[in-house]
Amino acid sequence: MLIRRAPDIRSSEITPERAYFGRRAFLAAAGFVALDAALPAVGLARTSRARADDKPNSYQDITHYNNFYEFGTGKEDPAANAGGLRTRPWKVDVSGEIAKPGQYDLDDLLRGQTIEERIYRHRCVEAWSMVIPWNGFPLQNLIERFRPTSRAKFVEFTTLLDASQMPGQRSDVLPWPYVEGLRMDEAMHPLTLVVTGLYGRPLPNQNGAPLRIHVPWKYGFKSAKSLVRIRFVETQPLNTWNVAVPNEYGFYANVNPDVDHPRWSQARERRIGEFFRRPTLMFNGYGDQVASLYAGMDLRRFF
Amino acid sequence: MTPRAARRAVKAALFVACLVPLAVLLADALGGRLGAEPIRATELRLGIWGLTLLVATLSITPLRRLTGWNVLGGYRRMLGLFAFTYICLHFLTWFGVDQFFAIKYIGQDLAKRPYITVGFASFLLMIPLAFTSSAAMVRRLGKRWKTLHSLVYLAALGGIVHFVWEVKADHTVPTRYAVVLVALLALRFVPARSRRAAPPRDVGAAPRVEATPAA
Repeated sequence: MLIRRAPDIRSSEITPERAYFGRRAFLAAAGFVALDAALPAVGLARTSRARADDKPNSYQDITHYNNFYEFGTGKEDPAANAGGLRTRPWKVDVSGEIAKPGQYDLDDLLRGQTIEERIYRHRCVEAWSMVIPWNGFPLQNLIERFRPTSRAKFVEFTTLLDASQMPGQRSDVLPWPYVEGLRMDEAMHPLTLVVTGLYGRPLPNQNGAPLRIHVPWKYGFKSAKSLVRIRFVETQPLNTWNVAVPNEYGFYANVNPDVDHPRWSQARERRIGEFFRRPTLMFNGYGDQVASLYAGMDLRRFF
Repeated sequence: MTPRAARRAVKAALFVACLVPLAVLLADALGGRLGAEPIRATELRLGIWGLTLLVATLSITPLRRLTGWNVLGGYRRMLGLFAFTYICLHFLTWFGVDQFFAIKYIGQDLAKRPYITVGFASFLLMIPLAFTSSAAMVRRLGKRWKTLHSLVYLAALGGIVHFVWEVKADHTVPTRYAVVLVALLALRFVPARSRRAAPPRDVGAAPRVEATPAA
């Protein structure tokens, strides 16, 4: 299988040594010394994909302005209602076109992975955006362990289905459980992240604990949360928003200022915390790394 | 207290009550309690209150006819003008704060986004109603006043459609407004409880009460 690699890390993206070595002091000062022990990783490696003007949003905003309909449709509902989600023990069922299917315990999945900090732009299909310092590792590293076969063309992700822990699932606002999917080359792209934390802390429930993905060049709804199932399949899987409203939400959902949502413009976005709307960038500004995935595709048709 | 004084007191209380959502909004804005996207939160609250007051206005006449309490008619104009005030503020927040007078984008949105087109049209529809709400205008327009002001149903319907089309998936709240609006329209076809209690003409109810400082 062809595994696409991103261009070499640009020097502007390399964290200055001072900041890198200051990181532990920062974590210690913030009272997260214990975290290093708790994380299965050897340490945090830091790679930033942010542009110079991308200042991370506050922890408060990132954790209190969420679309996670399993906990309610209001932006502050997830923070209010996600307290009952039990994230340990947590198992993920991995199946499909792979050599090593099975029920994996969360700790198994994380073992041996190096947790990095990645500052990603997050663009919601609703035309707002944030900058989020995630902690996680490339999905690629996880997928390689399952040894996909040549028939694995897509990956399907499924969120937990349990209305007793996710009260929003009592309403039929979306067909549950939430499913999402990526093409194999998208899933294997080095930018595609398995997220386990943010701001150096364990991932809060309302942000998709204990395990979610983040695909920074796609609208937020592609980045499925609280994953309990990863399935490798030959044909394009369904994705929940596309099932719910097919003419408004596609499978690809690449951030694209030129293809409007049928009901609103995608040309601009409001960065949370900013007064003026700013122009939306093609592929959310990651085009130099991902545009080649879609060479020759009609992005109006495959929206 | 004379009935007249009582009516004035109720009216004053209602006037203050209608200002409460605006005061709470201002307090929340100054106190940083509008969440991560305060501009959107402001728009949403102003819109919701505008729609709520509009539906409340529309409920006055059916309530009066069902109960025979003609005194209710005296509060209708004030509620309607407050509904218009909140919707004006909703529009101005979108125009001047959210879009920050970016005429190019505002024009595109008005032309291409049905929910914005419908919302804007409903707002425009309310302007002549607000301007013809004074007692003098009611007298001048005579029978035509009632015809003109039945447009308020269309404005409310447009407001609800605007709301439904703006929402991504959860239509619970807009649906509530739609149900109430349909019920209110249906009540219009229920005969008044008592012919004797009802005024001779519907038009007469509102203007008979003296003008209020609401406008």
